[in-house]
Amino acid sequence: MLRLDKITKIFGGLTALTDVSLEVRKDSITGVIGPNGAGKTTLFNIVTGLYTQTSGDVYLGEKNISRFATESLAALGLVRTFQNVELFGKMTVLENVMVGLHTKSRSGIISCAFKLPGQIKEEKMIAEKARHWLEFTGLIADAPNSANNLPFGKGRILEIARTLAVEPQLILMDEPAAGLNSQETTQLAVLIRKIRESGITVVLVEHDMDLVMDICDSIIVLNLGKKLAAGTPREIQENKAVISAYLGDS
Amino acid sequence: MTKEKREILIFFIFTLAVLITPFFLQGSYFLNVLVFIGINTMLAVGLNLLLGYAGQISLGHAAFFGLGAYISGILTTRFGLDPWFALVIAAVANGALAFVIGFPILKLKGHYLAMATLGFGIIMFIIFNETVAVTGGPSGLSGIPNIQISSLIFDNDLRNYYLIWIITLLVMLFSINLSHSRIGRALRAIADSEVAARVLGVNARVLKVQIFTVSAVISAIAGSLYAHTMTFISPASFGFNFSIELVTMVIIGGLGSIYGSFLGAAILTILPEFLRVLRDFDIIVYGLLLIIMTMYMPGGLISGLTRIAEFIVGKIKSRGARHA
Repeated sequence: MLRLDKITKIFGGLTALTDVSLEVRKDSITGVIGPNGAGKTTLFNIVTGLYTQTSGDVYLGEKNISRFATESLAALGLVRTFQNVELFGKMTVLENVMVGLHTKSRSGIISCAFKLPGQIKEEKMIAEKARHWLEFTGLIADAPNSANNLPFGKGRILEIARTLAVEPQLILMDEPAAGLNSQETTQLAVLIRKIRESGITVVLVEHDMDLVMDICDSIIVLNLGKKLAAGTPREIQENKAVISAYLGDS
Repeated sequence: MTKEKREILIFFIFTLAVLITPFFLQGSYFLNVLVFIGINTMLAVGLNLLLGYAGQISLGHAAFFGLGAYISGILTTRFGLDPWFALVIAAVANGALAFVIGFPILKLKGHYLAMATLGFGIIMFIIFNETVAVTGGPSGLSGIPNIQISSLIFDNDLRNYYLIWIITLLVMLFSINLSHSRIGRALRAIADSEVAARVLGVNARVLKVQIFTVSAVISAIAGSLYAHTMTFISPASFGFNFSIELVTMVIIGGLGSIYGSFLGAAILTILPEFLRVLRDFDIIVYGLLLIIMTMYMPGGLISGLTRIAEFIVGKIKSRGARHA
């Protein structure tokens, strides 16, 4: 599904990632963990085209997407969420999800401004599908509310709902559980499983180890910009190198 | 959906009000002011697409307005073109110019974008002033013909009123439609979080250039109509101060609100009549107005008025409930 081949990223004099290679299987939930500064978010930014890697390649399926612009990835089925929830705050919850259907619709400025028949039909389709994704994520009751007024936990879910509207093959989630209470985290785990069951591959960066060990099929550990280990949750828990990276070796 | 229906209903009421207003006015002074309000509303609504929806500043919109006016004025006075035809050429030329400069300029963000558009405005102002052979320079260009539809010549305030306002209403309707469409949502998404919009597949760069172009075309149409109703234009109307006035109209009316742009345009058209005693210092009042509005009513007049209306309705409802 997603394959990274020897990704290296150097910021000025700082090497953020060194020769990181990894593979994400289709229909899996893969966790990327590691101490702060390990390069997890940098990795996401490279995959989604926000940063350009110094060397190495990114493949989505068979396609080399190394030089693709961020906005062209949604159409290929690759989307992400952000660590600091990037909602469209001045828009309603429904409208937020409707933006997710941008690549599923075609009307240009002229047909939108003059309300041509095709645009009206398309607009109906967009609203219907957006409602579907709000139902899927359990946010339908909040549809007409302003996104700014959502509690933080729901904001995180809305961000996921918005990416689902793109009908992606792969979602990258950057710390989806950060700032959630334990009840919200449980609901999130249920949602992530439900997303995987609907045929979407999930990769998440996460610090909540209970969540990661609970829902992930495989885990990749980064430390100081290098891949330290990869394997099932059980293998990772028993890995000596991982334990010493987290707890410090003395 | 209901919000959109409400907006369309308000639009019909507004249209009706615009159409019948002249019957209640005596003398041409008020009509003349209303013609100016119409032109300024068109400009403010056009700038609002860029500033209010997409969140991109332009401190050079007076230049697009001026370019529209000059192209129309020159083509009709020197080359004898029909004003309608000149208007179309002005709109297309402005659109092409905005499209070409939009790509490099709109890569910039925030203060840098403000500076670049400011620079564009100043360059155009210098061109209007210095190319005396073409534009007539500081002393202006006169004898611009009125717009004509077969034998109907738009040469008095009443006729101009209807001409300007019908086109302004069309621009407003266009803008309302756009705001409730995928393009309008994508623009507002860019304003709130450009990176999140791009991740969802919105091509922010192209869309910003497109809306900048549309905004410039609307300004050109306003400029052309201005030239043909005034029959005289000079660079003084298209300088930096007017660009600032346009931004002020959009902000004090309410970013992203079409009726807010109308309110802002109306206030800033009428206000100078009262500020004449201050002469050139009137810009201080605009500055103060901007500061006060952004501090105490950041959503603009329109959201302030909505809040007051909701408050009153709430009071009435709670009183009714107590009686029942």
